[in-house]
Amino acid sequence: MAKKQVYYKDVEVGSEVPTLEKISTTQMAVRWAGASGDFNPLHYDDDFAATQGTGGIITHGALKRAWLVQLVTDWIGAKGRVKKFACQYRGMDYPRKMATMGEPGEGETWLCKGTITNKKVEDGEHLVECDIWVENGKGGKTTPGSATVILPSGGS
Amino acid sequence: MADESIVTDEIKAMIGTLSEPIIMEVERGAIRRYADAVDDDNPLFHEVEDAKNAGYEDIICPPGFWGWPIKGRAAVGGLSMVGAVLVKAGLFRILDGGVDQEFYIPIRAGDTLTASTKIADIREREGKAGKMLFTTLETTYLNQNGDTVAVNRATVIAR
Repeated sequence: MAKKQVYYKDVEVGSEVPTLEKISTTQMAVRWAGASGDFNPLHYDDDFAATQGTGGIITHGALKRAWLVQLVTDWIGAKGRVKKFACQYRGMDYPRKMATMGEPGEGETWLCKGTITNKKVEDGEHLVECDIWVENGKGGKTTPGSATVILPSGGS
Repeated sequence: MADESIVTDEIKAMIGTLSEPIIMEVERGAIRRYADAVDDDNPLFHEVEDAKNAGYEDIICPPGFWGWPIKGRAAVGGLSMVGAVLVKAGLFRILDGGVDQEFYIPIRAGDTLTASTKIADIREREGKAGKMLFTTLETTYLNQNGDTVAVNRATVIAR
């Protein structure tokens, strides 16, 4: 959730974007399928997934993208805007099964992270660039990416 | 033959192919459901008052949401253009490779978007399990005023 507004003048290259924690579950996969319209059974059907060479049902790449978008939009606040965003689905992630109707079973927790790589003023826009990624429970970066955001200047 | 390119002339000729434009209506409920699916409680995606206070006419979309279904019609329209060829090339397993997006104007509830998808590139790569085909679909979204609001480049991997 967007909290305190971040300003261009306060951003330091090399600093970190506040980490966002996520748990991929089979339930989130189904919610995401309905909300996004991606009904590929690879993301919720064990038997189908077994024919796809992925080693089981895998988390939607676009769901991990949406986590990274949240990482960025939480950080930039209500007055920030995303100008560019990119990510690659390099490594597969496997959702936790559900323990109860609402609680995930034991397993991995994913961390969405970012570091600020550059800041510049271009055509009157105060731009900040960052590297972003999703880290799995073993510390592997399965979904690396980058973003360019426009921040309010906050004075000079 | 094993070392022959899977990017045949027939496949190469498809680069540049354009899909029919697709109309997408952006609804409040669909935006909220999308944000909820990710557990994203950003008020700009949920509360009209908060969005107005931030200078928007209505709740806005998380970047990458273009109305429901987000990639159904526009991307599948593009993908179906290469579908027959993938089958000919013996590639049945499809994976999402990633995205590269540019956002020009925030998309808000009430917008009507027109999406046109082009096959921007088709190339081959050697993977651990053999040849893979990387197809990049470039979708341009215009709003009801004819302004370009965003461009989405999605890479589809077939193997």
